Amino acid sequence: MHPAPSVIAFTSLSGAGYGLLFLLSLGSLLRFSWADDRVVMGVGLAIALGFIAFGLLASTRHLRRPERARYAFSQWRSSWLSREGVLAVATFLPAGLLFLSLPLLGSSGWFTLLCALLAGVGSVATVFATAMIYASLKPIRQWHHPKVPLVYMLMGLASGAAMLAALLSFAVGGSWASFIAALILLAAWVLKRLYWNDIDTMKPFSTMESATGLGRIGKVKLLEPPHTGENYLLSEMGYRVARKHAAKLRLLAQAIALFAVVLLVIAGLIGSGWGQLIFAFPAAVMALASIAVERWLFFAEAKHSVTLYYGKAA
Amino acid sequence: MTSLPTSPTEKRLGLVIDLDTCVGCQACVVNCKEWNTGGYPAPLSDIDPYGANPTGAWLNRVHAFEVEPDVGSPQVVHFPKSCLHCQDAACVTVCPTGASYKRESDGIVLVDEDRCMGCGLCAWACPYGAREMDPGVGVMKKCTLCVDRIYNETIAEEERLPACVRTCPAKARHFGDLADPSSDVSRLVAERGGMDLMPEMGYRPTNQYLPPRARREGCSSQPAKALETANPEGGFLAWLDRILSD
Repeated sequence: MHPAPSVIAFTSLSGAGYGLLFLLSLGSLLRFSWADDRVVMGVGLAIALGFIAFGLLASTRHLRRPERARYAFSQWRSSWLSREGVLAVATFLPAGLLFLSLPLLGSSGWFTLLCALLAGVGSVATVFATAMIYASLKPIRQWHHPKVPLVYMLMGLASGAAMLAALLSFAVGGSWASFIAALILLAAWVLKRLYWNDIDTMKPFSTMESATGLGRIGKVKLLEPPHTGENYLLSEMGYRVARKHAAKLRLLAQAIALFAVVLLVIAGLIGSGWGQLIFAFPAAVMALASIAVERWLFFAEAKHSVTLYYGKAA
Repeated sequence: MTSLPTSPTEKRLGLVIDLDTCVGCQACVVNCKEWNTGGYPAPLSDIDPYGANPTGAWLNRVHAFEVEPDVGSPQVVHFPKSCLHCQDAACVTVCPTGASYKRESDGIVLVDEDRCMGCGLCAWACPYGAREMDPGVGVMKKCTLCVDRIYNETIAEEERLPACVRTCPAKARHFGDLADPSSDVSRLVAERGGMDLMPEMGYRPTNQYLPPRARREGCSSQPAKALETANPEGGFLAWLDRILSD
């Protein structure tokens, strides 16, 4: 599948934003001491909502007729893309109110807690819906896999946690946040490795024989394609460039993630202040970078069953 | 609404494509393009159509495959492919805008081009590659089963067929109601063992493909008669060969 920059930016940035929003909401609900810190909460919510808004705006770059995007909120009964849109917009409401209510009502009022609860649940639901856009598509076996939503949610949480660790450099509990972020990032990448192992060893759903129905006669191969030039199907679903370097890119992404984990551990050991920030901030950037490469591979390595009609294994 | 009809559609209009008789002449491809660039989903645009790298949206394409059995010689199969108007059409349910829909009356899958935002998700959801983005107008295009011909009372009755079916010189394409077991197409499917493409995907396509008929017994295993030797021995030919070889 063609790895469109707009969709990679959308899934990785909004995922990180929702991860951070979820953790800030959780902190509010569990009454962590840093949740009383108006600077941490204010800056954190602003960053989270900024990432989410930027990600959603990037996703509209993928549309050929973006002026009709408003229709996309109508089909939530059947479409995961529509559900994602509805949930994303719906989550803005409690998250925005949380941002406004904190300086006015403080962190312990019931209204603030209600907003935190709704924003937290909305964050998880939105990232799940984003992943299900891909996981619900049967023709792409690398996407139609139960680990896909889990990876999306854990990667979002990991990048959000790394950002929170940097945010908490000057607050109480900062070192714990760094250690926990390191653990979540490590867990996300362990899961991603298990997913890669699954898709590398799974049998394709379909073959050229089942796609053409000619398997009952014998082995099928393409004699002549239906057109000599490029077409939409091939440019959109026959993307092959990144597959050539997939093994190297997988290693690179993991190396960046591992480096981020090491930086987070060092940040945690330092504990608080500028020393922590100097390690936690680049760790957050690298966690995001590793996820961007991971997301690129998620698209580039996915093979659509239509390529069978063009003589390529799916 | 992009939910599928809750009960089976009244009719299941679709195509039956005979892989035995298709000669791969591409007439259906051309007539499809010609009709649909002037009809209901118009324009069906191309980019750089007369230049070095023409691309564009087509709703029907003919592939050619070679099938090699374990015993006997390989055979060529021409393979037309257009929308199969599936009963479980995921292209419809994934659509976020409500532009994609499946008609309750006859099962035809259509796109409302004034509502499509060109996200392309329906094309990803189709295992068969039946949907193509129109590069000119930025909305998704697909086979309409010539909905603007089959019910069109302003054209002669014999013209009320999908353009691809009407034009096929080999009579390899048939159109009819596959929900009616007594229809010509249903009988053809029963008689010839019509099949679903990629049944494992579970989309339950309406269009059926008739497999190539079995080759005649002994036809491919009978060796051709050997050519005469190029070095004749004795007689007039040997003499001629010797004279001309010198």
